[in-house]
Amino acid sequence: MSEDGTYYQRDRSWHPPAYTPQYKTSVLRAPQYPLLSLENTISEMTGPVFGHDKLGPLDNDLIRNYAKTGDPIGQRIIVYGRVLDENARPVPGALLEFWQANAGGRYRHRKESYLAALDPNFGGCGRTITDQEGHYRFRTIKPGAYPWPNGVNDWRPAHIHFSVFGHAFAQRLITQMYFEGDPMIWQCPIVSTIPDKEAIRQLIAALDRNNTIHMDALAYKFDIVLRGRRSTLFENRMEGN
Amino acid sequence: MVQRLGHLKESPSQTAGPYVHIGATPNWVEITGVWQEDLGLVLVGPEAKGERIIVKGRIFDGSGTPLKDALIEIWQADAAGLYNAPQERRGRADPHFVGWGRQSTDGVTGEFSFETIKPGRVPFSDGRMMAPHITFWIVARGINIGLHTRMYFGDEEAANAECPVLARIEHKVRVPTLIAPRTEENGLATYTFDIRLQGDNETVFFDI
Repeated sequence: MSEDGTYYQRDRSWHPPAYTPQYKTSVLRAPQYPLLSLENTISEMTGPVFGHDKLGPLDNDLIRNYAKTGDPIGQRIIVYGRVLDENARPVPGALLEFWQANAGGRYRHRKESYLAALDPNFGGCGRTITDQEGHYRFRTIKPGAYPWPNGVNDWRPAHIHFSVFGHAFAQRLITQMYFEGDPMIWQCPIVSTIPDKEAIRQLIAALDRNNTIHMDALAYKFDIVLRGRRSTLFENRMEGN
Repeated sequence: MVQRLGHLKESPSQTAGPYVHIGATPNWVEITGVWQEDLGLVLVGPEAKGERIIVKGRIFDGSGTPLKDALIEIWQADAAGLYNAPQERRGRADPHFVGWGRQSTDGVTGEFSFETIKPGRVPFSDGRMMAPHITFWIVARGINIGLHTRMYFGDEEAANAECPVLARIEHKVRVPTLIAPRTEENGLATYTFDIRLQGDNETVFFDI
């Protein structure tokens, strides 16, 4: 029974809706008409493939991939996990891209206006491709929390942004990873665009003391789930029907 | 109680935020030396088959202001209507045409502009042919989950008229929001696809 049918319908009640007034920027950027539901066609069931030849040896090491004079300041961490689909099968060959603020909460971006200092040794971007079992890992420093212009005193919890390519454009996803135990998760207007607390918990990486590196780095486990596919057993009518 | 289905839930989406470029197009925001070249800059190799075209436009918010911080990805078939993807089983796509492109909208004007080729037709799920189209995926600050839409071609009136996807749009006045008019600019066929997130001419977005 092969799984090469159409993708399961996205559960829009699990995702944030487009219009979320507590996150002010969404108000003028939220489509107001209902989305047009479309069964998958080949245009959505295909997608680009990225080979390992696209990657450099330091792409998954944010501690070293921008360093100029030494290591960046901050808590050294390993982030690892698996990319799975809704059928709990691994998604091999998935390109993951990640970006984040430095330990002080400052992004290396010309539009950033937070006072925290730039770190000359930290760029804040990385990428990797999952292996045959869907595993990935990368090394970085723990990002800081930072204030942002929404309410006058709104702060983002520490987070890492993830962009994920599965095997089809229908699976394309951008999300954010949060850190276990951070009280600011529950005060954030962007986190709270997700209506269901269980769904929010799905984005909180677990501290994993068993996979720390001695005198070096803490470890956080973060699994990502992409849409699953229908089995062709159900996609095609049974014989005789 | 009944048996459990055992399905996992898809990870919920979160906005790409204002700094999506750091991860997606770092060289474009002057984070250089981490990797050589941003992905998705070039779709068309010199030997690719098909008519060279420019696809350009802007994305407007509900106040009519263009988004200057969006990221756009496009995905399309080659000139023969084949996707350069392992799931493509109808034939082998043109190896000189990637079919996937990615750009940030300009930080001052909000414009995007892809150099690509005009795609061929591909079949709908029931085998009928869809009109030639390019799939768009848009993320930005303030967009909580990526928006899917399609660009169709203004000079493909006959194909557009019989496209089963365009036929699905109940309010016919909205069909033109997906159709990009063709002009000639600097000797190149140019299609202008402006996307409106809200308002009288809100673009049709898909739940695929």
